[in-house]
Amino acid sequence: MTDLATYNFAYLDEQTKRMIRRAILKAISIPGYQVPFASREMPMPYGWGTGGVQVTAAILGPKDVLKVIDQGADDTTNAVSIRAFFQKVANVAVTTKTREATIIQTRHRIPEEALTAGQTLVYQVPIPEPLRFLEPRETETRKMHALEEYGLMHVKLYEDIARNGHIATTYAYPVKVEGRYVMDPSPTPKFDNPKMHMSEALQLFGAGREKRIYAVPPYTDVVSLDFEDHPFEIQHFDKPCALCGAEQVYLDEVVLDDKGGRMFVCSDTDHCEDRREHGHAGHLLAQQEAAE
Amino acid sequence: MGAHTEIHASAYAGAFTDPVFQSQSVFRALMDAMARPGTIMPLGASVTPPAPLGAGAGAIALTLCDDGTPVWLTNTLVQSSVPAWLSFHTSAPVTDIKPDARFVFIEAGGIVPGFDQFALGTQEYPDRSSTLVIEIAALTGGPEFVAAGPGIKDEAVISPKGLPDIFLTLWTENRALFPRGVDLILVAGTDVLCLPRTTKLRRREV
Repeated sequence: MTDLATYNFAYLDEQTKRMIRRAILKAISIPGYQVPFASREMPMPYGWGTGGVQVTAAILGPKDVLKVIDQGADDTTNAVSIRAFFQKVANVAVTTKTREATIIQTRHRIPEEALTAGQTLVYQVPIPEPLRFLEPRETETRKMHALEEYGLMHVKLYEDIARNGHIATTYAYPVKVEGRYVMDPSPTPKFDNPKMHMSEALQLFGAGREKRIYAVPPYTDVVSLDFEDHPFEIQHFDKPCALCGAEQVYLDEVVLDDKGGRMFVCSDTDHCEDRREHGHAGHLLAQQEAAE
Repeated sequence: MGAHTEIHASAYAGAFTDPVFQSQSVFRALMDAMARPGTIMPLGASVTPPAPLGAGAGAIALTLCDDGTPVWLTNTLVQSSVPAWLSFHTSAPVTDIKPDARFVFIEAGGIVPGFDQFALGTQEYPDRSSTLVIEIAALTGGPEFVAAGPGIKDEAVISPKGLPDIFLTLWTENRALFPRGVDLILVAGTDVLCLPRTTKLRRREV
């Protein structure tokens, strides 16, 4: 650490960190409630995870090990650049292994491996207000949260059923936290919603452009909204991962050629690599090995 | 003149020696303690504020307070060098209007006012509430309470020592205001135990 100036360790100045830290503490005290904060300009555009970056910068210390994922992958542009950013401004240890990380900043996935008590998951959130597309006025949505008036959200889900025969919301699927606040879990696939419920890890959410921070403490009720006759369901995949053979995980579709060839692979790259290292092989990997 | 000089000397000394990393360490302990109510967490850094403010409470003040956070102090603290120390190191304004306080500091053995006298937030902005930093004799060894709520797996038993007898009544009333209400940081030495407004407490039956 001696070669780095510390007055702006992790990029932010101390005044900004204090402001964000106070917001985080209040967010933890009121699970699911969006705490306004004075979001700063960051050296990356809005939409690139400035909210998550500010939360991570405010909590990060020299002993932390940071993992950054973008749609489950450690090696995509957003993840690589944010990881490099924190290596540069905080000289922090980084990893791609879920179980080695103390802080995991994520864009739109929760790792497949269950998180533990020593870990904090930081979400990058584009639109923190779950009611925003139903009611554009902040004054109104704020009042709706104050009065616990969430009928509109149920109407939206009902209209899904009326049009499509089932709830067609597949990501950013609204949840109710500890029986009080309806919360946007950020645009994670609804597949990940059950992992938020009673998680051992602390979950923090940062929305930079919208200037909101919210949180789900460990061991907190997170219930996906549904109806008795249309219960919440996660996505199911017909085939296991083509590379590691994993089932019950979230898969990405990868187009292989222009003749309709495609494969489905784990979106969580660390989980997939780990399984392959332990000798698991999906059908495409097995074919490749047989060819060699 | 002599006394005057002495007040100033104690007001300037005793802050973090390594503010960036020590305040980060204190914050992480507070974050983990607030996320896991009932867990006793060491702050990992301390300061030497003027008496009667303790090392842990002082470290919390330097970590969280600045010119944007009016602070309410007990009479005993107001009459000590603590306001000058806080002002010099954090620029936090000291207020005697309880609902204006973002942070409240109460020294060990000091009188704890009713929680509803402080800022409770509003239904629209429940985050605009006071956080009370209360120093007590010890975080264990007192009357036992069973704690439940977010951050607690099933139940936890806490036994803070040195809280007023009516604490459980005050806390139950505070809990009933949810999502409004104050949040508590109990401090003994440089260890903390946090009680966010979500935590339900009941006396432990033996």
